[in-house]
Formats: sequence, C-alpha cells, structure tokens
Amino acid sequence: MITLDINGKKVETDAEPDMPLLWVLRDLLGMTGSKYGCGKALCGACTVHVNGTATRSCVLPVSAAASMKITTIEAIGESSIGKAVQEAWVAENVPQCGYCQSGQVMSATALLSANRQPTDADIDAAMSGNICRCATYNRIRAAIKRAAATLA
Amino acid sequence: MSTPERDLLASRRDVLKGGAALTLAFWLPVRGSAAQSARAVEPLAPNAFVRIGTDDIVTVVSKHIEMGQGTYTGLATIVAEELDADWSKVRVEGAPADPSVYNNLNFGPVMGTGGSSSIANSFDQLRKAGASARAMLVAAAAKRWNVPASDITVSRGVVTHAASGRSARFGELVADAAALPVPQDVPFKDPASYSLIGKEAARVDARQKSTGTATFTQDIHLPGMLTAVVMHAPRFGGKVKSFDASAAKAVKGVKSVVAFETPVRAGVAVLADNTWAAKKARDLLQVQWDESNAYRGTTTELFSQYRDLTKQPGASAKLTGDPDKALASAAEVLEAVYEFPYLAHAAMEPLNCVVRVGDGECEIWNGEQFQSIDLAQVGQFLGIPPAKVRIHMLYAGGSFGRRANPQADYVVEAVAIAKAAKLSTPVKLVWTREEDTRAGYYRPMYVHSLKAGLDKSGQLIAWQHRIVGQSIMAGTAFAQPDMKIDGSSVEGASNLPYAIPNLAVELHTTTLPVPVLWWRSVGSTHTAFATECFIDDIARHTQRDPYAFRKTLLHDKPRHLGVLELAAAKAGWNGPRPRDEVWGIAVHESFNSYVAQVAQLKRVDDGLRLAKIVCAVDCGLAVNPNIVAMQMEGGIGYALAAALTGAITLQDGVIQQDNFDSYPVLRMNQMPAVEVHIVPSKKKPTGVGEPGVPPLAPALANALALANGKPVRSLPLATQGITLA
Repeated sequence: MITLDINGKKVETDAEPDMPLLWVLRDLLGMTGSKYGCGKALCGACTVHVNGTATRSCVLPVSAAASMKITTIEAIGESSIGKAVQEAWVAENVPQCGYCQSGQVMSATALLSANRQPTDADIDAAMSGNICRCATYNRIRAAIKRAAATLA
Repeated sequence: MSTPERDLLASRRDVLKGGAALTLAFWLPVRGSAAQSARAVEPLAPNAFVRIGTDDIVTVVSKHIEMGQGTYTGLATIVAEELDADWSKVRVEGAPADPSVYNNLNFGPVMGTGGSSSIANSFDQLRKAGASARAMLVAAAAKRWNVPASDITVSRGVVTHAASGRSARFGELVADAAALPVPQDVPFKDPASYSLIGKEAARVDARQKSTGTATFTQDIHLPGMLTAVVMHAPRFGGKVKSFDASAAKAVKGVKSVVAFETPVRAGVAVLADNTWAAKKARDLLQVQWDESNAYRGTTTELFSQYRDLTKQPGASAKLTGDPDKALASAAEVLEAVYEFPYLAHAAMEPLNCVVRVGDGECEIWNGEQFQSIDLAQVGQFLGIPPAKVRIHMLYAGGSFGRRANPQADYVVEAVAIAKAAKLSTPVKLVWTREEDTRAGYYRPMYVHSLKAGLDKSGQLIAWQHRIVGQSIMAGTAFAQPDMKIDGSSVEGASNLPYAIPNLAVELHTTTLPVPVLWWRSVGSTHTAFATECFIDDIARHTQRDPYAFRKTLLHDKPRHLGVLELAAAKAGWNGPRPRDEVWGIAVHESFNSYVAQVAQLKRVDDGLRLAKIVCAVDCGLAVNPNIVAMQMEGGIGYALAAALTGAITLQDGVIQQDNFDSYPVLRMNQMPAVEVHIVPSKKKPTGVGEPGVPPLAPALANALALANGKPVRSLPLATQGITLA
C-alpha cells in the first residue's frame, strides 16, 4: 500500500508503484478533474501540484508521489489563489471544450502562487507547457491578469 | 460537414408539433439534482426542447453536442430570450439520440452536429420552443388572476400583471401551465426588445469547466466497467495474423486480450481494471500483422503524382465563359502550385467511447456528434435495430469534425471490442494520443494548380483552378448517387467570389486507403489558401494593393466586401503603417458566414513575430457576440497551428507522427493578439465554429510573401523553412 497526501487528506492506494499519479487519481480514486491528453508530459492536461509545484501527473510514478503534498483541481478552489483563478476563468469565459482547463487552472495557480504580478513573458514561460486546442490562450492570459488584480 | 446540397433538400419539419408527446422516460438522469427533483413534480414541458420546474429552473435540451463551440450557451440563449427567463436559472442538458425529434433541420432527417449549423438550423425551432412555453405561463397567470393575457408582462423569470400588482415566478405557474394546451402559433419577439440575444450571456459551461467538474467520456466510470487500450495495425488495411499476449496478461489488472476487426480497421485490445494496466499490457503485446493488403504509400511520392495530375484537365466543378481561349489569348499568364499535407484533428480528448453491449440492445456514453450515423452503424454491426441503441450525450473535449465519422469508426470499434471480449458489462475504449494521431481520418492532402490570364492592361480575364485530392464524401452515406464532384473538395474554389469572366474549376478525385474526414472548415481549409494567396500574387505582380484589388473584384458581393472593409478599416489598412510591420489580408465565406482577417507581422530581433490578427465576421445576427469572438479566436489559433507545423506524413505506409512532439500544435507563446469585429446584421444567424479558420493561413502567407519577397506555396510553413519568432 502507498499512502498519499491528496488535498490535505491521507489516502491509501494499492496501485502498482509504477502507475502514474494521473491514473491513480482518475481510475482508482475517482478524481477525474485531471485529464489524460498525451501521457508524455507534452500537453499539461494532467497538471497537479506536488509540494506546490505544477507537475505533470501522467509521468509521475505514484511511488514517487508518496510523502509529497498533492493538490488537484478538485481542491484548488479552496485556496485563495486557486479560487481567484477559477473566478477569473469564469469571468473571462475562458473554457471552450474545457478538456485542458483543469491543467490550465493548476498551472496558472502555481504561477500566481510564485509570482503575484506576472508579466506576459512570465505567463508565456509558465503556461506554454499547457496545450489548448481551442486556442483559448488570450483569454487565459486575460484571466491570469484578472486574478492577479483581484489578489493584489 | 459541408453539405450545401442537403441544405437545399432539407425539409423544415415542424418537430414541435409532435414534441409535446415526448415521454419523460426519454430524459436521462444526466445532470443535476434540480432537474430531477423538478421532474418528480410534473414540469412544464410543452415541447422537446424546454422544461420548467417548480424550482424555477429552466432546462434547455440541446440536440447539438457541446464540443467547445459554445452551442449549449447559444441554443439556451435563444430559448431564454423568447421565454424571458432568468439567465441564472437556465441549465442545459444533452438530448437523447432520437432523430425523429432532434434532427438537424439542415440535414433533413439526420440528427447530428456539423457544418457550423447548430444555431442556424435551431434558431426558429428554439424561438418557437421558448415562445410557446412563455405563452403557456402567461395564459396560466391570466386565468389565475382573471385578467387579460395581453396585460401581462414577463421579465427574468417573473410573470407580472402591473395593474393589479400581482406577480408570480415561473415555478409557481408550472402546474397550472402544464394543464393548458400547447399553443401552435405564437409570435416571436421584436428583436428590438432582445435582452439576451446580442448581449453576451455568460457561458453555461464555464464554471464546470473551470473547476474540473464537467463530465467527458474519459470521465465515465460505471460498475464493472473495463478499460480497453488498443494496438491498431501499423498500416492502413493491415489485419491481425496472430498475437502473443502472455506478457500482457501477466500485468496485474488485465482481464482480457482480444483481436477485433471493424469495417475500417483491425487491432488487438487489452481490457483491464484501469487504464494504466491496459496501456502497460498493450505495450507488451507481440502481434503478427497480415499486411498482404496493407497500404505502403509515401506522401512525398503522392505529392509528385498529384502534381502530375494537375497537368491534366479534371472533372468540371465550375465553368464560366471560355477560360482556355482566354488564357491562350492573354497578354500574360501567371501560374502557381500549392501543396497541402494531411492533417490530424488532434483534439485534446483522445478518442474514446463507453459502450455496454447487451442482449439485442446497446447503450453508449459518448461525446456524441453524429447520432443518426452512430445509431445506424452500431445497429448494423450488432445486427440490431438502431432504435435498440441508446446514446448518452456528454461533453466532448474538442472534435473539429473527428467525432462525426460516417463510419462511426471509434464507436463501432468500442462495440467490436466489447463483442469480441463477450462482455455484457461496460467497456471504455481509450485511445492513447499515439493511436489518436495514427489511426487516420485526416484532412486529405491536396495539390492545387492555378493559372491566371491578364490582359494588356493587367485586368484579370481568366482563372483556371485544378484541385487534386481524395474525396471525403465518397463511400459514405453523404455521397450523392453518381457523384462526379465532391462538393466538399471544391467548396471555396467553385464559388470563388471574385468577378472573373472566364473561370474553370476542375477536380481530380484520387482514391487511396488513407481514411479522410472533414476537418474544421473542410474544403475551405485549402481552397481559401490557394485562392487568396493567388489573388495576392496577382495583385503584387500587377503592383496593386491587395485590399484595393480585391474590392474591384467584389463589387457584387456585399457581404464579402463588408467584412473586408471592416477588417481593413479596423486595422488601419489605408493609414500609415508601422515601419517594422508587414501585413497580409484575406477574405473567405464558409457555411454562409463571411470572415476577413488582417495578419500583422512585426519585425523583431529574432525574426518575424505574428503580433496581431484583426478579424471581421458577418454571421448574420450574433446570438452571443462573445462566443462569436471566442470562435474567431479559436479558429485562428487552430488554423495557425496547422499553418505553422501541421503535417501528417506517410513513409512506406506508416504514419510518421504520434504525439505533440512530432505533431506540434499551437502553444501560448505563439498565440497572436486577436481583435474581433462583428458586422451588425439583422439577417438570420449563421455559424461561427468553422468560418474563422480559412482566412488565417492565407492572410499570414500574404504577409510573409511581402516580408520575405517570396510567395508561400506549400504548408506547413515549417517545411518551407519558415518559423516565426
């Protein structure tokens, strides 16, 4: 058994040690907010926070996540920054198909946690690992700035 | 899909007439407890598209899939407007698959979403749905208060009789209203009094999709469900000869390994308790393929064959005047050849489908775009009537055409696997990104050759346009009998808007085993590029401004002209231009919507950066201008990805791309600023899901031609050595 710390709760799982955290979350724990998009850390749809850092859960073996503090889209709204990001996402009507947006919200929240006033270059650097095929990028940028303003 | 012929054939059936008879049993318990609790106490459900609960919740039933294009919001806006509903109380749920009630009025009897038709075909239908529900609420209030209905007003979900100071919420009137007859002829609102249409109502799905709570096919978990991950034949036409699953079966959680075959492909599926176990085991499969009928083509060779074909006359798609004679007598003839690769849709949600194959019936959970086809194909595969197939409509994580497949390829595949595994419990088919990229159904590759004849004064007197490529419609239910020209191969070219006295558009339809499909804006993905780049070539050659040149040829095309002039004006085309910027322009109509774009390249230290796209769109009445803007932005980003790097290539029959490293798509740092301007219009609304795509690549290429002194003749730009900063 592996004990995980997910969204502030201790969770036991009998997952195989090499199973990526994404599939533990989605298939074993029923937390389906984090998405599968590529399986190779190329698209960011699976982004969660591991010890506060935006991390691609599709390539992180669950054994490596034990003892780490994991936060997912299911709980990010409980933090003031996560909440501000989600409200900004709604206000800017960011999502289209929405499949990538959990990962976008997680990456944006990590960015604002580390940098309350990101420049456009900061946003590009933090967000370019998250693909959106609906190309909602300009609204994501606007929403990050809106969230930054509400947090200021 | 682009099926203009079908649009003409479509019969505008009054589906509302039979709508009241729809039984409540049709409604699936998909969303929200509010709807369910309302259902328990007899909602007002005057038709198949709207029901109002005693809790004031207005539920709009969408016959169209929400795959990002904003349809749920747009369709609900139309109902809510005529109903005078409180927007915060409006919910949307996907309709069950029932073409007798929920057919796309542009597709005749067929239920499905495509061709940017959702708002266009639903506008009157949903106005009527909302207006008739409103009339019943008003009639109920009039009866209860014993006042004339004409003295009653409705606003934001409240029915009011001002003279007596009485009012009631919708929910308070539901029971009385439900007992009244459904009115047949209810007048529509005066558009001048619209409070939601044209006013940017917030997206109904924004919060779910910002909090990870929206349900996609990928998220479905059912009791006893197994997940299937597949290995497809590496070449199109390959079959399974034999396989060794001993290593695969040793993976913990693996329940079954089966070979499967559908009318479009064969493979081996691993079924397991969870996706990872299935994926891990799939990678351990040893499969011997029968490649005796496998396709071994190579795209570089195909391009060469296609180029040769352009030298021969093709089947005539359009002929005006005598272009051969005009070209022969022209003072000057310009020529260009354009090449376009296969493209994958690459939606964020890799293809997937959940099925439960029962005894003589089947249940499907899917981001469902093409109900009529999927019902028919699944029914045929299983040998059961389509009516025995039930489909639960879910959100789709993008589609761009891919989930609407005339062969129902991935849906039938899920069914084939469940059948091969002899499972009556649910099976979730999950394609890896690699399978999604390699399994086919691409935008076809094309080669276009164009010739323009100019007279002594430089006037454009002749135009010959030859297109070579596979037909999307051939072999599908959408092919007309004896089809000589697939309209979707030539759309955007055969209806060239420019006034040219002698014009020929010809088509060579090739037949190859590479599966092809419509891809966001279909024929216009390539015809807009060829025509709009060639027009610019002619303008540059004759030293005319490309905007002014287009205007001289569009004098009888007011809507093309309207967007062209709006985009040019907003960009400041005729004013002083920043010295470090180079601009290109393009205009194109698709799906009865008109879009012009100005691409603004800026010279920066490390090259050229696409700084901004100024976009003008005429889609008739803009039901939700914010969603129109979103679709223009999204279309531009989607088109830009393809223009920059999009290419699927074959080498000895094997697809050379598999994930976002080898098939790169647009990222945040590559997205230009986008300005969207909407032409004010009172015409009936037309679609916006696709029309933002076509002008982007030619506008960008036209700017690049100026900047680099060399026209762009092939896409993607990366293969031409062109990258942007």
